[in-house]
Amino acid sequence: MISALSAPFRWLLDRLALVGYGTRFFLRLCGLGIAAFRRPRLVIDQIHFVGNYSLSIILVSGLLIGFVLGLQGYYTLRRYGSEEALGLLVTLSLVRELGPVVTALLFAGRAGTSLTAEVGLMKAGEQIDAMEMMAVDPVARVLAPRFMAALICMPLLAGLFSAMGVLGGYIVGVEMIGVDAGAFWSQMQGGVDWIEDVGNGVVKSIVFGFTVAFVALFVGYEAQPTPEGVAHATTTTVVVASLAVLGLDFILTALMFSST
Amino acid sequence: MADDLLVLDSVRFGYRDRLILDGVSMRFPPGRVVALIGGSGSGKTTLLRLIGGMLRPSAGSIVFEGRDVGALDRDGLYAMRRRMGMLYQFGALFTDLDVFDNVAFPLREHTALPEPLIRDLVLLKLNAVGLRGAARFRTSQLSGGMARRVALARAIALDPPLIMYDEPFAGLDPISLATVAALIRNLNDALDVASIVVSHDIKDAFKIADYVYLLASGRIAAHGTPDSMRDSTDPNVRQFLDGSIDGPVAFHYQATPLAQDLGIHQ
Repeated sequence: MISALSAPFRWLLDRLALVGYGTRFFLRLCGLGIAAFRRPRLVIDQIHFVGNYSLSIILVSGLLIGFVLGLQGYYTLRRYGSEEALGLLVTLSLVRELGPVVTALLFAGRAGTSLTAEVGLMKAGEQIDAMEMMAVDPVARVLAPRFMAALICMPLLAGLFSAMGVLGGYIVGVEMIGVDAGAFWSQMQGGVDWIEDVGNGVVKSIVFGFTVAFVALFVGYEAQPTPEGVAHATTTTVVVASLAVLGLDFILTALMFSST
Repeated sequence: MADDLLVLDSVRFGYRDRLILDGVSMRFPPGRVVALIGGSGSGKTTLLRLIGGMLRPSAGSIVFEGRDVGALDRDGLYAMRRRMGMLYQFGALFTDLDVFDNVAFPLREHTALPEPLIRDLVLLKLNAVGLRGAARFRTSQLSGGMARRVALARAIALDPPLIMYDEPFAGLDPISLATVAALIRNLNDALDVASIVVSHDIKDAFKIADYVYLLASGRIAAHGTPDSMRDSTDPNVRQFLDGSIDGPVAFHYQATPLAQDLGIHQ
């Protein structure tokens, strides 16, 4: 009876302890991440692993979403006789929202799961323990370079995603449907603000980079060192990182664009 | 003895509701191979983790080179671990590095040696375990025995005075097993280090050990030289050495009476 009554409190205390531990882990990762640049080779290798291998999925997805935006945007704008604003619609949709958000979701699925599985398998194979026994801090040696690599890659990938999306919108809107090319580009040029739109999009992608990288590495590092544990951790990364990105996107959008 | 490299005194360790080790005292002098034998779950690997400072004892002390391991902070532990080598059961090689880079790893992390010198040292360590020719192999290309030899080369990279082996013979074919056993003995003698071999492979552990501790249920059930252990009439020793089902270690794990579990009323 007493244990049944105390169970919710124990659950709450466990969650609070996890939040505290996670916060300390995040701060440690940030500190060690800066120190990781003393050995840039480690970070560069991870940029190649995390960024380069995510490139194809980001570019293709950006192009396809640009196609859809071009098509749907044209159908909607045509009702109001504003087809010329297609470039502006596509670009704002991409740089403000879809670029950072969809890139972060894809990044969580492609690079995040890979990071979680890699760190989890290192733990299951006693490599993390072996490193500790060799007096090498695994958070500094394994996690911090991956964290920094993810932070560097996310805004770059989001930028490429948006660029490919604009190209996709142009191909469908201008080349296939026949919207005026001059109107497409000039509306875009005139309506998109570097600071308000592009700058805020970049800030979003940096925040999402922190989120996805931290979730992926933390969940992998805390995974049970068994095949089931690693499988569970990989799934957890996608679920938690995706929800965190979408939740943060709402908060950031409310903060950034409430006055426009 | 004053010249013991590592001394465990009444070490006790357990998790919340389970006692793993209780009152374990051991001595590890340099130049000797000491085998820790015992059944699965007897606390052998936990003992290695305690010695390495990965766990802290709830009572008792572990003194390595005059310093209490349990009282060291993170920096102190790291300084101490640089003077310990550990061979894991399946090698625990870094899968993203090749054989050469695995052995070079501790040298690159802890020394500022120039790369040509690191290269020479790594090749010498690999030569000591007979795998200089496999320096550029990926870890996935290694057999179980080769992986353990590479891990051994990595464990001795910084010339530690203490080397711990966690089940070094598990899952090896007879030739690989004999090779690893001979390497442990030869390296111990050549480097004059203290070696701790955790194993339940009695035949090979006894072949290379100078002294043996038998752990059962978290306590030292018996200890002595391999010959004295072979001649022992202690029921703990006899059950383990003879592989008897009946003995101090019961076949059935502690449980309520079967009739009660099956709901049979007598």
